[in-house]
Amino acid sequence: MSVVTRRSFLAGLSVALGGLAAPGRPVRSQQQPQAGQGEVGTLRDPAAAGPPKAPATARDNEPFIQSVEHRIRCTCGCNLDVYTCRTTDFTCSTSPRMHREVLALQDQGKNADEIVAAFVTQYGEQVLMAPKPEGFNLAGYLVPGTLLLMGGAVLTVLLRRRMRVAAAERVSVPADSTPVATPEEMARLNRELADSERE
Amino acid sequence: MTLLGQFCLWIAILVGTWGAFVGFSGRWHGRPALAEAVIRSVYAVFGLMVVATICLWQGLISHDFNIEYVAGYTSRNLPTYFIVSALWAGQKGSLLFWAVVLSLFSSLAQWLTSARYRAMMPYVAATTLSVVTFFVTVMVFAANPFERLPFTPPDGRGLNPQLQNIGMVIHPPMLYLGYISIAIPFAFAIAALLSNRLDTGWIHAIRKWTLMSWLFLSIGITLGMWWAYVELGWGGYWAWDPVENASLLPWLTMSAFLHSVMIQEKRGMLKRWNMMLIVGSFLLSIFGTFITRSGVIASVHSFTQSNVGYFFLAFLVGAAVLSFTLLYTRWDRLEAEVNLESMVSREAAFLFNNLLFVGVAFSVLWGTLFPILSEAVRGTKITVGPPFFNKVNVPMGLLLLALTGIGPLIAWRKASTANLKRQFTWPVVTGVVVLGIALASGMRHFYSIMALSLGGFVAGTLTQEFARGTRARHRMYNESYPRALAHLVARNRRRYGGYLVHAGMLIYFVAFTGMAFKRDMEATLKPGDSITMMSPFGHQYQFTHVGVSQYESLNRVVTAASVEVKKDGKAVGIMTSEKRQHVDSFGRPTFEPSTEVAIRSNLQEDLYIVYAGSVQGSEEAVYRFTINPLVLWVWLGGMVLVAGGLITMWPGGPTAHGAPRRAQAGYGVQLTTAASK
Repeated sequence: MSVVTRRSFLAGLSVALGGLAAPGRPVRSQQQPQAGQGEVGTLRDPAAAGPPKAPATARDNEPFIQSVEHRIRCTCGCNLDVYTCRTTDFTCSTSPRMHREVLALQDQGKNADEIVAAFVTQYGEQVLMAPKPEGFNLAGYLVPGTLLLMGGAVLTVLLRRRMRVAAAERVSVPADSTPVATPEEMARLNRELADSERE
Repeated sequence: MTLLGQFCLWIAILVGTWGAFVGFSGRWHGRPALAEAVIRSVYAVFGLMVVATICLWQGLISHDFNIEYVAGYTSRNLPTYFIVSALWAGQKGSLLFWAVVLSLFSSLAQWLTSARYRAMMPYVAATTLSVVTFFVTVMVFAANPFERLPFTPPDGRGLNPQLQNIGMVIHPPMLYLGYISIAIPFAFAIAALLSNRLDTGWIHAIRKWTLMSWLFLSIGITLGMWWAYVELGWGGYWAWDPVENASLLPWLTMSAFLHSVMIQEKRGMLKRWNMMLIVGSFLLSIFGTFITRSGVIASVHSFTQSNVGYFFLAFLVGAAVLSFTLLYTRWDRLEAEVNLESMVSREAAFLFNNLLFVGVAFSVLWGTLFPILSEAVRGTKITVGPPFFNKVNVPMGLLLLALTGIGPLIAWRKASTANLKRQFTWPVVTGVVVLGIALASGMRHFYSIMALSLGGFVAGTLTQEFARGTRARHRMYNESYPRALAHLVARNRRRYGGYLVHAGMLIYFVAFTGMAFKRDMEATLKPGDSITMMSPFGHQYQFTHVGVSQYESLNRVVTAASVEVKKDGKAVGIMTSEKRQHVDSFGRPTFEPSTEVAIRSNLQEDLYIVYAGSVQGSEEAVYRFTINPLVLWVWLGGMVLVAGGLITMWPGGPTAHGAPRRAQAGYGVQLTTAASK
């Protein structure tokens, strides 16, 4: 027994309606294409599938192109790099244009750094996904690590000083001084310290 | 109902202001009735917020499109659960959600806190009431969710398609709960400072709250990653976006606090530091809210830019100045009760762990704000994206991972050489073996190799801790190994729950390395056309385009593109990615078509297929195929981390009353004369 799901029913209905809307179009190719035959149907409502896409080419997948585009920010305001934007936000017209610019610059024989430099000339430094590590930007890269190292050094010095103070306090206590704790408190302290050691 | 909602907001401002004023003034000292009235004002504000929330929900559910918020975020054909979640979908509604949850937490804090902290509670009430009143004030004067339109549209705009996902129903509330609940430890810290009760007592009162807050933040962040992965379609889960960073900041400082608070409990040290961490975490939660709502930094997650940001900036500055001034006035009273005995001790390891947590937090904050700083200093706009954050933060993250394994191996107070040798041998051997395997398998990505070998070291540490504890119980009580393990965890939930959290972090780090081996390709296929792709694990995938179908479903027109997948020649199944054109109840398109990704996960790798669109409106489809290694482990790591957190905070158990005793033992270490004898 064949089961008709809501999805298959609606899909069939859409095909039937599509057939009515465009008589003469082969329904079979739209809904059940035969593997290997490569028949291409037409969508009933192309606008619902988003803007039309240009076919991908082998160059779009070149690691060189991908690596360059990962370094350049799409200027549409999405905060993504050009590669990620053009393969994610299919309503964006900026990233495909910038992709074409990358391809054109590669055709001119430019290497990756030269292509990126051309983009910086055209769009400004903001087009880089990460600022160049030079001038004031070095602060961006170096301040966190430097502060962490300085913090580590200060912490070490501080702790050593405190340890010396603690050691001096221990030594300065007269050997025959009376413990300020009762035997019960001492027993409890030792128990707790042992417990603390275990943890 | 909107009038009632507005009325509740105004009354809440009056009650909250009165409660905060009287609470902070201290006039309730010696006047129990007045102290009780301050506390009751917390419950009153909670009641008012509940009524206001019900009013807005009523407007949402009844499709009252004359309310601007209802028209802006819902439509008649929006499924009910998204209508309910629309409360936190927009700026104004989420402020109300924040206020109602904070007032709930404030009431719970008053209700559940032991009577032994009674002297602090009016101050706690005053602090929480100040925060709630601030949020209500922002709503009333800048972002009123009950604002009405001069006309009534026949249908609403609908909810942003990217928010129509179960992840967005759960993720924002979880993150909000994390942000909001930080206000309770903050309130206790302020109360401790104001009442001069600066012993370790207030730390015990907030222990569950800090854990809960950290847990909610962890869940919220992980769910946010999951939502980004399944919904945004870019093939990743973390983009170092300012709003993502803002959620990470309080999580880092809270993580630092959860470690350093143990030193205060056990040894009476780090009182000032803990106070600063709690105040800092609260301020960072407000900073995150400011970033999300002000539009000061561009983010895909931001709410619409509005003047709400100025309110938050003013509140942030005011809270920081008042809190740190108060802390400064009590500085001398927060002196440590004992000094560190050795640099090779767990206390020292925790201190360096804290330094790293705060260092990473600073680094993330620095990177997030650096574009603003650069523009102010140089007048040049720059972008600080993932390459920057990865370069700066990955080494620090790896150091943190190393400390995750080192900390549990070092004894409290002072570790001997013999003890270190005994503790470190097995974890170091494990780390070296993993390093060898990674190199032998041809891996050359430096950070991935480091992450994996340090992961091996941490796994060795954790396994050793569980194995030794289990074996000890097996010997002492003659229990079977599984029973001994279960009892081991149950009898010391805090310690072994914490180790599970470490295991979760370890799994996260290993999973993150997978992103270094991600593979992407685009292809245009006609029905029946195939393309092959090799995975990093050496599997060959064949993708055959089956076809494209269109149909209507709920509130959208769906264009579904299907691909038949074969792995190493064996059929895996059909994967379908969709384009969704959402429409209102009149069939009119509401937003740009959105993309639904097809994902098939296993422990090795995810297949991630995106239908990019069609060529000339035909069945010839453009796809992006991505193979993402180890992504499933990110979600598994999140689950382990949450399980560990839940075990740690689970009520009852033999350690429930142990902490105060150990804290006293911490003070007892002052008895150096006696101890040295």
